[in-house]
Amino acid sequence: MTSSLTVHDLSVRFHLPGATVHAVSEASFEVRQGECLALVGESGCGKSVMAHALMGLLPGNATVSGSAWLRTEGAQPLDLIAAPEKVLARTVRGRRIGLVPQSPASHLTPVRTARAQLTEALRELGSQASADELAGRAGLDPAQLDRYPHQLSGGMAQRVVNAIALAGDPWLIVADEPTSGLDRPLVEATMAELRRLADDGRAVLLITHDLRAAEQVADHIAVMYASRVVSHAPAAEFFAGPRHPYAAGLLEALPSRSFVPISGRPPELTDLPSGCAFRPRCDRSTAACSDLPKAGPVACHHPLEHHVAR
Amino acid sequence: MLRADGITVAYGRQRVLRGADLEVVPGVVTGLAGPSGCGKSTLARVLALMLRPDAGSLSMDGTEIHRWRHRAARDLRTRVALIFQQPRLAVDPRLTLREIAEEPFHATGRPVEDLTDDVGLTPELLTRRPHEVSDGQLQRACVARALALKPRYVICDEMTTMLDASTQAHLVARLETYRKETGAGILAITHDEELLTRWTEPSGGPTVRMS
Ligand SMILES: Nc1ncnc2c1ncn2[C@@H]1O[C@H](COP(=O)(O)OP(=O)(O)O)[C@@H](O)[C@H]1O
Ligand code: SF4
Ligand SMILES: [Mg+2]
Repeated sequence: MTSSLTVHDLSVRFHLPGATVHAVSEASFEVRQGECLALVGESGCGKSVMAHALMGLLPGNATVSGSAWLRTEGAQPLDLIAAPEKVLARTVRGRRIGLVPQSPASHLTPVRTARAQLTEALRELGSQASADELAGRAGLDPAQLDRYPHQLSGGMAQRVVNAIALAGDPWLIVADEPTSGLDRPLVEATMAELRRLADDGRAVLLITHDLRAAEQVADHIAVMYASRVVSHAPAAEFFAGPRHPYAAGLLEALPSRSFVPISGRPPELTDLPSGCAFRPRCDRSTAACSDLPKAGPVACHHPLEHHVAR
Repeated sequence: MLRADGITVAYGRQRVLRGADLEVVPGVVTGLAGPSGCGKSTLARVLALMLRPDAGSLSMDGTEIHRWRHRAARDLRTRVALIFQQPRLAVDPRLTLREIAEEPFHATGRPVEDLTDDVGLTPELLTRRPHEVSDGQLQRACVARALALKPRYVICDEMTTMLDASTQAHLVARLETYRKETGAGILAITHDEELLTRWTEPSGGPTVRMS
């Protein structure tokens, strides 16, 4: 059996005085061992909230519905949404799911060597593995573990935080904006690391606003818009020509393409339009679009035709 | 023209800039590229009169700069604006987005103009505070703030690195409109070569490479 995470109809609401934030709405997708799924979309569309919901890390004013079945080889399936916090803390976070944090530089303690930080992570999880073994798992030369963070190149620092995320040998890696603020060579090094983890038989859920980074590593691309997954496609198909009008607009906005922004702005998650949330910005919208399009690979009433592969 | 000659800056014993030269010419977009840590942001702060260099000279439209930060003449200080990579570190978290965008008017006692419409912020968003909006929304407010006093020079230091493709294209287009309307000189600092090409090409501006 391959291990997998199956998210079904996941919704998250935040209750604020006088308003409700629709942060994630009826999201469904699956990630399997050996694969990388990239979840892309503009900032504020609900990507991080989704990741936090899966890890059981939402604040108290949130309500969650739907399911997220974690099927781990040799273990009972577990619904991350229904599981009590104790179970998540003891058996899931760090052990089945590892979280790669946003910026390696700020995540490492400057006054301690990489080895000291790995050893501590292993101890916290009660793991028998050694720091050297862990280094191997993350593609680090054990000789480099005796360096302090400032003596590590950016790519090496990234491997150290990856090693920490791998301390409990999780098969699923969730990376939330791992490249935010990094320059291009470092983005590429980080993506290569994530790809290596997937090729090693782990599953990778990459959350990013950076389409080019996603292109480098992902097998599948899911696009979120205004709390919903509106498009889900194999990466090659997606980059050859997305069928959802929002996804197509996002891709076209890249400097390497037409560099034209999508007109208008995303709706407030406290005040979503009825029907398709992209309707006010979409040049293909018709009266039909005031009904919510069915969730699926292309949640749209009038998808674009497949572009001819270039 | 905003002109830097032989700028040298050291933080403690570490020298981050050694004799850097740069010209920002009104009416065009000048590109500034280079790997992270090569001193681009330090040079940006010198150009925006926010950091006094240890050596070298800076002149603005022919006036030699002798004072930096709050001691610089207000007329010179407001002639150049700086937009940062991380909007969250560049704003007072207690202010609303409207207060952030209007800060320069209050600081200079000039009458408040409404300038947030064209960067794409709704009246409702303007009432929120930084922690209640996304990076993209906050950066829009920072762009409005930077353009408030109609600066002759705008320094954009990795302005869109944290933003999605559509928001990036939108903010760059906003700065291009501003440049064409006012003839301002823009310095586009980025390590993204594709972005650099698209941004500098229309005005035919040069790209300076640091190492
Ligand atoms: N604790 C919270 N209370 C209320 N709203 C929140 C909270 N955390 C996040 N949000 C809102 O949820 C939405 C999705 O945010 P987020 O998942 O961080 O977006 P992304 O990661 O895609 O940039 C945003 O509108 C954000 O303002
Ligand atoms: S459902 Fe209609 S409005 Fe929404 S993306 Fe498709 S065509 Fe556009
Ligand atoms: Mg996020």
